Amino acid sequence: MSVLTRAEHGASRAASGTAHDGGNTRRSRTKLPPEEPAIPQRKGGTAGYWLYLLPGFVLLLVIIVIPLVFNVYLTFTRWRGVRTPEFIGLDNWVKIFGDEDFWTSFANSVWMVIAMVVIPTIVGLIVAALLFDVVGRKFGGKVGSFLRATYYLPQILPIAVAGIVIGWIFRPGATGAMNQLLGTVGIGPVDWLGQMPSALLVLMAVLVWVQIGYPIVVFMAALQRVDPELYEAAELDGANWFQRFSAITLSIIRPEVFVVTLTCTIAALKVFGPVYVITQGGPAGATLVPAYYAYTEFFTKRNIGYGATIATVLTILVVIVSIIFIRVQSSLERKERAGL
Amino acid sequence: MAATTAIVTGKPRRARGGMTKKRPLDWVLLALVVIGALIVIVPFYLIVVNAFKSPVDYATSGPFSLPQAIDLTGIQNFWERVNFPEKVWNSIFISGIVSLLAVLISVLNAFAIGIGRVRGRTWIVLLFLLANLLPQEALLYPLYYMFKSVDLYDNVWSVIIVFTVVQAAFGTYLLSSVYGTFPKELLEAASLDGATRWQILWRVVFPISRPTLAVLLIFFFIWTWNEFLIPLTFLASNANQTVPVAISVLQGDRLMDVTTTAGSALLGIIPTLIFFLIFQRTLTRGITAGAVK
Repeated sequence: MSVLTRAEHGASRAASGTAHDGGNTRRSRTKLPPEEPAIPQRKGGTAGYWLYLLPGFVLLLVIIVIPLVFNVYLTFTRWRGVRTPEFIGLDNWVKIFGDEDFWTSFANSVWMVIAMVVIPTIVGLIVAALLFDVVGRKFGGKVGSFLRATYYLPQILPIAVAGIVIGWIFRPGATGAMNQLLGTVGIGPVDWLGQMPSALLVLMAVLVWVQIGYPIVVFMAALQRVDPELYEAAELDGANWFQRFSAITLSIIRPEVFVVTLTCTIAALKVFGPVYVITQGGPAGATLVPAYYAYTEFFTKRNIGYGATIATVLTILVVIVSIIFIRVQSSLERKERAGL
Repeated sequence: MAATTAIVTGKPRRARGGMTKKRPLDWVLLALVVIGALIVIVPFYLIVVNAFKSPVDYATSGPFSLPQAIDLTGIQNFWERVNFPEKVWNSIFISGIVSLLAVLISVLNAFAIGIGRVRGRTWIVLLFLLANLLPQEALLYPLYYMFKSVDLYDNVWSVIIVFTVVQAAFGTYLLSSVYGTFPKELLEAASLDGATRWQILWRVVFPISRPTLAVLLIFFFIWTWNEFLIPLTFLASNANQTVPVAISVLQGDRLMDVTTTAGSALLGIIPTLIFFLIFQRTLTRGITAGAVK
């Protein structure tokens, strides 16, 4: 299970001050070596270390585990948030499968995945390769890192603020920046957020804009691991840029592609802020996503049990996606090691 | 979240072999990347330019032109309406305490997992990782209910506790593998000199891993600053809100004029830009500290 391997590698170097070859170290570090504790033991084995885990475990129990269990319990109840929850068995679970809004919200998650995973990963790969290979090599590393920083900028913007900016640019009527711009070329004001498909497209555009810097930065860091000699050898053998890219680069940075797709897919499933700020799920539920749906059930409609059911389905989905990704990656890694 | 991870490593490689000959195609490709970057920063440009316009100026000259005269009423409107300094202080207080506590918890956990190698550590790490990946919606109502019953609802400490746990979960995951490769000789030497575990943690492990911890600290700060759902839900009263929540709450008011919106966005972005600069430097430090051969 080595999502984030590369980062760990970098961070571990930072921590230990021991730099290894820096080249092809790509083994998984998450599976810790099975040997003895690193500090020689006097008595009692590793048991004493549990004391150090105590604060973390207590907090985890109170803030994560208990609420999570409570939430699952709530899926079997009807509750308005006052008095005690009323046990109703599987009613919420039956209801959710016949609920059109629920299916719409998950269908919209697919659009969120396209906006936050598919497009950023593909475009990110291209931009990172260009920045590293063309800009960095021919125009200097400074130009490359400056452009990289520019692409990264929206990533550190609070998502709520990003949403406001975009909401303002696509404001209906003549005061929105987009409509102002279109007005100068004689196109009448468009109600961007009030109709389909533009509302969904605007939402997706925001997510692409926010997300794009992340894969670029990750992939550029990964590209440093590619041995230039490998490239030069391929070049001498007459491989063109695309052949070199697909045969060498892609196979070497595959762990990073995994990390990016996993983390972005999870983020896409959980997306809430932009929907809350920009479209409120509208027009008429057209941009509804599960997280926002659960939120409105909790706090607007006060159907706590039903909101909990939506949140639980979302959680199950996130866990399944994580497990699949981690499984696939570790099996690929095992194959690769066996092949070597 | 994971925005982080890679940046930790991201040091641009120097152009190999100096600058080689540039073909026309290289210029075309450069132009493409630059155009992409321009598209990315257009919204930032729009904010900065329009935050300093008067409504009349905006109506006549449009969003893309520079302001005819510097007009601060938009910014001032927003500043006063949300009591901006108060919101900035809330955000700094929450993010600051969270990042300190979360690093502390991460260090303790990672010490037990990475160096102590407690039994079942792979599962423990997975447990923490899942705690970080979970959708917050699945905890939202139970936490809301719990905080209400212990009288922490609408109190910044509710948000602080939640994010300490969420960030520490990620920190534990990352730091455990870092500590898993900690140089054994150092630990053995300290142990032979009679140091207890507690002393080894604070006199050996902590100082050496300080660069990594600094990076974690900065990221925890930024992530917490940017959080939206939990602060929106748990910080109901105006006086407790964070910057992103205050901006979005005001946004609900559709009557707000364009220049005030731009002003609010500008004020929302400035702290971010400051972090951006700090964080670039911290990361470089973190990287160079580790790169000494």
